[in-house]
Amino acid sequence: MTTLTFEDFKPGHFGTFGPRRVTREEILAFAAEFDPQPMHLDEEAAKRSMLKGLSGSGWHLCSVVMRMMFDGFIGRTASLGSPGVNELRWLAPLRSDDELTLDVEVAEARLSKSRPETGIVTFKSVARNASGQTLCEMVSPIIVRRRHAGAA
Amino acid sequence: MHFFEDLEIGRRRDFGSFTFTADNIKKFAAQFDPQRFHLDEEEGRKSLFGGLAASGWHVGSVCMKLMVADGQRQIKEAMARGDKIAVWGPSPGFRELRWIRPVLAGDTISFSSLIETKRISDSRPGWGILQARNTGINQRGEQVYSVLATAFVPQRDAGS
Repeated sequence: MTTLTFEDFKPGHFGTFGPRRVTREEILAFAAEFDPQPMHLDEEAAKRSMLKGLSGSGWHLCSVVMRMMFDGFIGRTASLGSPGVNELRWLAPLRSDDELTLDVEVAEARLSKSRPETGIVTFKSVARNASGQTLCEMVSPIIVRRRHAGAA
Repeated sequence: MHFFEDLEIGRRRDFGSFTFTADNIKKFAAQFDPQRFHLDEEEGRKSLFGGLAASGWHVGSVCMKLMVADGQRQIKEAMARGDKIAVWGPSPGFRELRWIRPVLAGDTISFSSLIETKRISDSRPGWGILQARNTGINQRGEQVYSVLATAFVPQRDAGS
């Protein structure tokens, strides 16, 4: 499989990835370690919360989205890492056994001024559940090597 | 946890610190972000990070972990005083998340939060919306992480 470089990321729809199922056990394990709020751990407390039922941590959802991006394309991209996330919106709760699909669009691709052998590719990613409801939207850049720069 | 009325713009709160180890970096990365520079010391050294580096999502999740632990300490203290407990709502999201410097195996990161804005929610009666800048600083005093986070916070007299 060839390595994707900066030139492979043109503005527009890039790909749809998944489905990825998130189990109740995964939701509870992540919450226990990183986000032990009652709405992520306890059915009764979760029912009384704004989200009206057990939900996954937003950071769990982000981490699963990262994994879906890795499996979808970042794992075979000459990526040097990411400087951050411009914006992330949690729009609906992650529920046990949700089957997630990730739609990724290249919002912008530009050459780096500080590292001429690389470019900055900014993605807009939308994660949806099986019924098509949007759970989160993220706008995030990664640094990608250019082809002639000797990418593996 | 504080009610909306009790939160002051400019108020800073320390959440405590966390040491990232090769083991916890690799464990998180194997599950969620298995890029080679998060899994292997040698690959990390050859990368822009200059060493085995934690996934940015690991850093963000650890910040959340310390923030929740701090909130739970505050709830215990409020209960001990017999005060009314404020249960915060979920977050609608964040902006301007910056992984400013790599977090490498052995680094100890101290997290804190500074309240930037607050307003009453138009769509959810009884709730306010808070924006706070959460930051992480390493053992050399260098800022490594920053995010402008948003949360729903209950108003005191909303009957929560």
